[in-house]
Amino acid sequence: MLQELSLNVLDIVSNSIRAGANLIEITVEVDRERDSLTIEINDNGCGMTKEQLAMVEDPFYTTRTTRKIGLGVPFFKMAALGTGGSFHISSAPKAGTKVSASFILSHIDRMPLGDINSTIHTLITMNTQIDFVYTYKFDNKQFVLDTRQFREILGDIPLDNPEVSAYIKEYLEENKNGTDDGYQI
Amino acid sequence: MKSLEELKAIREKMQGQIGLRSESSEKTRVVVGMATCGIASGARPVLNALSDAVQSKGLSNVQVTMTGCIGLCQYEPIVEVFEPGKDKVTYVKMTPEKALEVVDQHLIRGQVVSKYTIAEVLG
Ligand SMILES: Nc1ncnc2c1ncn2[C@@H]1O[C@H](COP(=O)(O)OP(=O)(O)OP(=O)(O)O)[C@@H](O)[C@H]1O
Ligand SMILES: [Mg+2]
Repeated sequence: MLQELSLNVLDIVSNSIRAGANLIEITVEVDRERDSLTIEINDNGCGMTKEQLAMVEDPFYTTRTTRKIGLGVPFFKMAALGTGGSFHISSAPKAGTKVSASFILSHIDRMPLGDINSTIHTLITMNTQIDFVYTYKFDNKQFVLDTRQFREILGDIPLDNPEVSAYIKEYLEENKNGTDDGYQI
Repeated sequence: MKSLEELKAIREKMQGQIGLRSESSEKTRVVVGMATCGIASGARPVLNALSDAVQSKGLSNVQVTMTGCIGLCQYEPIVEVFEPGKDKVTYVKMTPEKALEVVDQHLIRGQVVSKYTIAEVLG
């Protein structure tokens, strides 16, 4: 198991990157009234066939060649089901893949979300060829970071330029705090 | 809250600056394995330490990136250094502290930190 859910997000998005996606949407939604935390990752990568999809939640399924078992998806699924939540993947060849996990927010076994800003910042600055749309919702507030919008402003200045990278870090911090007032999730 | 105006200001400041995008073929690439095995054994703090140090020390010829499973799960976190024209160096069982040594010794002074390399650790 991974120590915090933000690491699962990093891991699940690595699958999307390996699948050749160039647009990845990540949504984190906290709803205290419904006592839920939902994480969704949507990519436009190569997708999976019905047969592959049927096997992907099983650790003994992997298309990697460096190791015989795949752990990313089973870990994320266990983390969600362990709280009485739910887990779902849908995928189609060429169309892409959508992974969604719901957690009972107050469940004692729910892993903390942890440093989600670090995950998003790392993904954006280490994969500058990919566009990310990150949506963070907290009760009835939300903010969105869309790298396509950043790129439009930046022209040919890359997202991993040090000043841009620092800007993205602060953008995430300030907007997250403005959305959840620093509530520990 | 952070506005997009600030991003526009960054762009305006940078425009006209030359040498902003150096040729990637001349760059040293530092690659951190970030598959499940890497992440579980602490690759994220290693990656963050590397990219922060490379930025704060202004090593503009070094690019830090992430990759999937390198295939040596029991030696994660793994960091590979690719320098143009040189053999790949593989560092294993890395920590943020060891990573900073690699930045100072290897990336800045050009001296491989042998004690953390896979060759040394495997014996
Ligand atoms: N977003 C995706 N698009 C296409 N295929 C996917 C996607 N996510 C998972 N898969 C397929 O499912 C397999 C299992 O994924 P999982 O993350 O569980 O393990 P892995 O990535 O193979 O290895 P690990 O995550 O343990 O490093 C992958 O090898 C890949 O073939
Ligand atoms: Mg995986």
